[in-house]
Amino acid sequence: MGDGQESEGAERGVGAPRATEPGGVQGAPPIQTMSDRQIVRVAGRGLPLRGDNIDTDRIIPARYLRAITFEGLEAHLFEDDRQAPGHPFANPAYRGASVLLTNANFGCGSSREHAPQAIRRWGIRAVVGQSFSEIFFGNSVALGLPCVTASAEGVGALMDLVERDPAAEIMVDLDGLTVTAAGRAHPIALAPGARDAFLSGQWDATGLLLDRYEEVEAVGRRLPYVRGF
Amino acid sequence: MPSTLFSKVWDAHAVRRLPNGQTQLFVGLHLVHEVTSPQAFDMLRARGWTVRAPDRTFATVDHIVPTADQRRPFADRMAEDMMSALERNCREHGIPLFGPGSGHQGIVHVIGPEQGLTQPGMTIACGDSHTSTHGAFGAIAFGIGTSQVRDVLASQTLALDPLKVRRIRVEGQLAPGVYAKDVILDVIRRLGVKGGVGYAYEYGGSTLAAMSMDERMTICNMSIEGGARVGYVNPDETTFAYLEGRPYAPKGEAFARARAWWASMASDPAARYDDEVVIDAGGIKPTVTWGINPGQALAVDERVPAPEGLHEAERESVREALDFMGFRGGAPIAGTRIDVAFIGSCTNARLSDLREAARIVRGARVRPHVKALVVPGSESVGRAAEAEGLDQVFREAGFEWRAAGCSMCLAMNPDRLEGRQICASSSNRNFKGRQGSPTGRTLLMSPAMVAAAAIAGEVTDVRPILRAKGEQ
Repeated sequence: MGDGQESEGAERGVGAPRATEPGGVQGAPPIQTMSDRQIVRVAGRGLPLRGDNIDTDRIIPARYLRAITFEGLEAHLFEDDRQAPGHPFANPAYRGASVLLTNANFGCGSSREHAPQAIRRWGIRAVVGQSFSEIFFGNSVALGLPCVTASAEGVGALMDLVERDPAAEIMVDLDGLTVTAAGRAHPIALAPGARDAFLSGQWDATGLLLDRYEEVEAVGRRLPYVRGF
Repeated sequence: MPSTLFSKVWDAHAVRRLPNGQTQLFVGLHLVHEVTSPQAFDMLRARGWTVRAPDRTFATVDHIVPTADQRRPFADRMAEDMMSALERNCREHGIPLFGPGSGHQGIVHVIGPEQGLTQPGMTIACGDSHTSTHGAFGAIAFGIGTSQVRDVLASQTLALDPLKVRRIRVEGQLAPGVYAKDVILDVIRRLGVKGGVGYAYEYGGSTLAAMSMDERMTICNMSIEGGARVGYVNPDETTFAYLEGRPYAPKGEAFARARAWWASMASDPAARYDDEVVIDAGGIKPTVTWGINPGQALAVDERVPAPEGLHEAERESVREALDFMGFRGGAPIAGTRIDVAFIGSCTNARLSDLREAARIVRGARVRPHVKALVVPGSESVGRAAEAEGLDQVFREAGFEWRAAGCSMCLAMNPDRLEGRQICASSSNRNFKGRQGSPTGRTLLMSPAMVAAAAIAGEVTDVRPILRAKGEQ
């Protein structure tokens, strides 16, 4: 399991960035236009991962961080948890899913970006959960992986649906702020800054941060400790 | 208008409002280590960017360093690759590296303060969630991922949303045998592992005011275990006294000017907080975790919760934790047999931690069935402990005395649990599989409690041991 194949669902995902893997190190990335990077809607099959406080050590155990690239991490996604019978990431019914469904405080613990990297490389293109740890959320934004929140009832209904019918299509709409499945729409929330970043295609912030570097230097000059007191 | 340290630091470092509404924030100090940086340097190279402020960037190696035999090349080829990549990247970009054998290597959150790099009023970022440790000095310090490490390397800034501030006031005196570790475990137990999401935690009150910098670092270190990415203590005389004379601290008249600025960054007495919590220090007992997240903790004289009688939402997580730990609901935590005792990590591997633990083990023997090790937080801590003879105290008691690193906190080096071993650990996370064995079990506690458990061979209350020592 954890074959890391791009899912069919992701193919249908609108604007899912595919030209480069974030953090890929195979030389300079191909030139992309802004519209390639816009993420407005993600559609595909779901994968229900029940439980609160699923930490990044479980998502990707530390022993797989002994590497200098992110390549191949998807093969070890939930490596230890997957040994338990019936774990959804080991269940062939969910292979090819592109929308991960989670409960509260998903991604807590270590700041390792390896966690959202492994999830994205496995084929997940959006996560719908009750809540997320802040660092995991921020890391995911930087990879173009939206993590949106829905109510416990909303997430529960989606999980129940997908467990009954793994082929059910889920549509996450960052513009309309809804997640729709089986004809039912649930409201979702997403921090305005992150939402804007996905809709405008500017979730990879570095270019933006370098835009007006003279202003960065000006702040540095004002700070007593940078000046040397 | 009166404001908090958080707001003052945020405003002083805000570059501009980005089109998406986030703030571009200047990063005053960037700490780099071998695990979360190699990909960031590669991304930089791929885009043809350079490191903007190598003079505000410092590196060390901590997660993967072996603590038994540090001869190069490391026996673990992957560890050697990571070490070499860091050396190459630092050389190429002119970043100072505190490597093994330099005399200054250690866990990134131990050496930043030790070197005087960590100072009040700064923004500090590092690709590690325990960066909150540096908040003990009145800095706004937070963990970031690798793409954000790239952002800081390239631009010395980050795109962030501001946080709310919750003041956690701890009042009163801690009883003997109760430590900073017990305070923060108690805070997390009360407020929950996700209670701090969206907040910076400002720790204050008479208990914090009386604490050393080491103790404040222990508290701020585990903020992230309560969901708070940032935790801090307002700078005061204790902070300034710690910094004076450190290698990277300002000297002479510059120190006097620095001190005035640092003091001005503290929260104003009339500052308003988004939330406030008061905790009675006198009510805190030695605390131990029993489950699979740091909020699943109890006093050493309490019993492990039983799922029956709990709310439905809680029942499932308690059941999952009991299943994993192999514990019975309602059983006392004291008397739990341990296999391994680990004193180390960015939470509790500073000199004062080792001194407290050594007090307990002096003249005693580790139980034969327990593997016990002490891993100092830095080469400097190790040297200072050796100068006091603490290494001998530990060795004579049956502990292994190791070289500095993260070691068994997350087991990226050869130090790890085997099978279902139970470890009494002074580290910060008891997640499933955290200490290197997928089925290994972790009980978090203070270094003194770990020392006591090593001697007893089981979880035991450190307070009677200290009382007996006092009577001798």
